[in-house]
Amino acid sequence: MSTTTSDLGLELAPRRQGFFRFLLSQLKPRGRLLTPFNMISIPVMLLAAGILVIRFADGLGAVTNLSDAFPWGIWKAFNVIAGVAFAGGAYVLCFMVYVLGLKKYEPAVRVTVLSGFLAYCFYAGALILELGKPWEIMNPLIGDGFGLSSVLFLVAWHFVLYITAAFVEFSPAIAEWAGAPRLRRVLKGMTLGAVVLGIALSMLHQSGLGALFLMAGPKIHPLWFSEFIPILFFVSSIFAGLSMVIVEGSISRKVFNGAMDEEHRKSHRAILLGLSRICAGTMIAYLMMQVIAFVHGHDGASLTGAMGAWWLVEILGFTALPCVLFIVALRRQHLGLVRIAGVMTVVGVLLNRLNVSLIAYRWDHPNHYVPTWMEVVVAVAIIFAQIWVLRWAITRMPVLRRSPAWAETDDARRGLKH
Amino acid sequence: MNRRGFFKLCGVAAGSTALATRANAGVARASTVSSKDDPYGILIDTTKCVGCNSCSEACAEAHGLPEPNTDEDVLKDTTVTQWTVINKFAVEDEDIYVKRQCMHCIEPACVSACLTEAMHKNEDGAVVWDADRCMGCRYCMVSCPFDIPKYEYGSNNPKVQKCIRCFELTEVGKVPACVDACPEEAITFGRRSELLAEGHKRIAESPDDYVNHIYGEREAGGTAMLYLASVPFEQLGFRTDLGTRSYPEYTKEFLYAVPFLLAGVPAALLGMSRATSGKHDDSIDLDQEG
Repeated sequence: MSTTTSDLGLELAPRRQGFFRFLLSQLKPRGRLLTPFNMISIPVMLLAAGILVIRFADGLGAVTNLSDAFPWGIWKAFNVIAGVAFAGGAYVLCFMVYVLGLKKYEPAVRVTVLSGFLAYCFYAGALILELGKPWEIMNPLIGDGFGLSSVLFLVAWHFVLYITAAFVEFSPAIAEWAGAPRLRRVLKGMTLGAVVLGIALSMLHQSGLGALFLMAGPKIHPLWFSEFIPILFFVSSIFAGLSMVIVEGSISRKVFNGAMDEEHRKSHRAILLGLSRICAGTMIAYLMMQVIAFVHGHDGASLTGAMGAWWLVEILGFTALPCVLFIVALRRQHLGLVRIAGVMTVVGVLLNRLNVSLIAYRWDHPNHYVPTWMEVVVAVAIIFAQIWVLRWAITRMPVLRRSPAWAETDDARRGLKH
Repeated sequence: MNRRGFFKLCGVAAGSTALATRANAGVARASTVSSKDDPYGILIDTTKCVGCNSCSEACAEAHGLPEPNTDEDVLKDTTVTQWTVINKFAVEDEDIYVKRQCMHCIEPACVSACLTEAMHKNEDGAVVWDADRCMGCRYCMVSCPFDIPKYEYGSNNPKVQKCIRCFELTEVGKVPACVDACPEEAITFGRRSELLAEGHKRIAESPDDYVNHIYGEREAGGTAMLYLASVPFEQLGFRTDLGTRSYPEYTKEFLYAVPFLLAGVPAALLGMSRATSGKHDDSIDLDQEG
C-alpha cells in the first residue's frame, strides 16, 4: 500500500480521494444495521421527530404536562440538569491528565471529552426544544438583552464557551481522522488553554445549575434545599461524571471492542480502580456536606414521612451505599463491584437532580407534574441520538485507539507529552 | 517559567478577567434596582373590599381580556387571561375578600432571573415584560416567590402574562384600571412611601380593625403592592415564610464568586500543569533568559 508524505515530512495514511469523497465514504453506515440498539432507537427517534412537529405547531402544552406551577419538565430536569452532571467526567479527567500529568488516565480522556462534548450539544438541543421561543435564543449571546444579574445568563454563556473548549480539546482527534497534520499541530497547541478554561467554566456552570434554584427556596422541600446547593452540585458532578466514565467505559469495552487497541484494553482495569478511589473520596466529602447542611436546618423530625424516607433512599441507598461499595471494591480489586457501585452512583445523582428540580419541587402541590409519554419519548430519543453520533465518531476516529503513527511521530519530534 | 509561558499565562488571566468583569457588572446593576427609591404602588385594604369584582372586570376590559372568573367558591389563581382575581376567605364568621395580582417587588426575582432583560422594571416601578426579547425559558416563573408570571403553553409563539400595573395609564397621569373601578376605595394608587404612611396611619387610628402589619412592606425585600388586613395574613392565603431579604440577594454571593473563579482558576491550573510536567526546569530557564 502506498503512503503519502505530508509537507511536514510525516507519513500519512493512503488517501487518494478528495476530502468530500472521504467524508461521504465516512458517513456511510458500517457494521450490521439490524442490531437490537438500532431496532429500538430508530423507531423512538422517528416518533420523537413526529412529537416535535406537534410541539412546534401547537405549542408546548400540546405534548407536555408543563403548567404554571411546574414550568420546567423532564427535558430540563433529566436531559439538561442531570445530563450535565454526568458530562462532568470530561473536566475531571482533563484536570487529572493535562493539569496533574497523571498519564495513567490518558487512554480514557478522548472518549470522555467526546462524550462530554456531545452531551452538551444534545442537551443544548433539549433546552432549545423546551424554550417557548427558541428562535430568540441568541438574544443573551449577541447582546439584544444582557441579563447580567441572572444565574441562567451565566450558565448559558458558560455552556456555550464550554462546548467550544470541549471541541478544541477533542479536535486533534478530528485532525488525525482527516489526515491534517498542520491543523493538528495548531489544535494541539490550544489544548492546555482550552483545558484550564474548560475546568473553570465547568466548576461554574455545574454549581450554577444548583444556583438556579437559590431563588426557588420556599418551593423546594427543605431536605433538598440549602444555601450550599451550588457547592453540592459541583462536588457531586465530580463523582457523577467519573461514575459515568466507569459505566460507559465498561459498556464501550464490550460494544466497541473492535475500535479499541491493546493499550486501551489493558489500561481499563487500572483506570477503573483509580477512578473508584476518587469517587469514594469525593462521595465522602459530599456526604459530609449533606450532613452539615442537614444539621444546619433540620432535626430528626424532618426525616419522618414519605419525603424523609425518599431523602434517605437517595442519601443512604444511592450515595452512602455505593460509596462503601467503591471502597470494598478497591480492597478486593474487584471490577464487577466497581461497576455495580458506578451504576448505583449514577442512579443516585440522577435521583438528586430530579428531586431538586422536579420531585421535591412543589412536593406538596395537589396536581404534581408527571411527564406525558411524549415527553419521555423525546427525552430518551435525545440520549439515543447522542449515542448514534458517539458511535459514529468512535468507529471512525482515533478515540479508543492510539493516534496514527504520523501524529505520534510529530509529537515525539516536538517533545510534547500529549 | 520562560517568557513565552509568562505571556501565555497573562493572556489567560486577561481573557478570563474580561469575562469576569462582565459578570461583575451584572452584580453591580442588580443592586442599583433598589436605588429606584420610591416607585408607584397600590395599597389594598382588605377590610374595605366587598368582593364586587369591579376591579377584575375593569382589568379585563382595559387589557382586552375575556370575562374574568368571579366564582367565590373556589380559590382562584391568576391566569394568562385574568391578571387579577378576588378570593373569598371565611375567617371567624366573616367573609374577607383578597385581591391577588403581581406584587411589583422593589427588587423582583423575575427581573434578576431573566437572562434577556425581557422581564424588566419601568422607571416608575412597574414590572413588565417585553415579547421581543423573551426566549421562553420560564426561569422567571421558577423564581417568583408569589407565582405570578403565567405562560401561554397552548401557543406556538407564547407570551408571559401578568399584571403590568397599567403602566400605560400611569405614564400619562391616570390611575390603574382596578383602582379607578373600585367603588369602596379599597384600592389606593400612589407613591409607595405615601401608601406606607397612609397604611400606618389607618392602623394607628383604628388598631382594633387592623393587624399591625402591612404585607409587602418588608416581604421578599419589599413590594410596591401593599396590603392591610384585620386578621393575620397567613389566614388570607398569603405566604408568610418568604423572609425580608430581596430575592436577587440569594444569588448575589454566587454571582460575586464567578469573576474570582474565572480570573483565578485558569491561571492557577496553568501553574499546576507546569509544576507537574517536569519538562520545565526553572533554573535552566533562569540561566537562559536571565
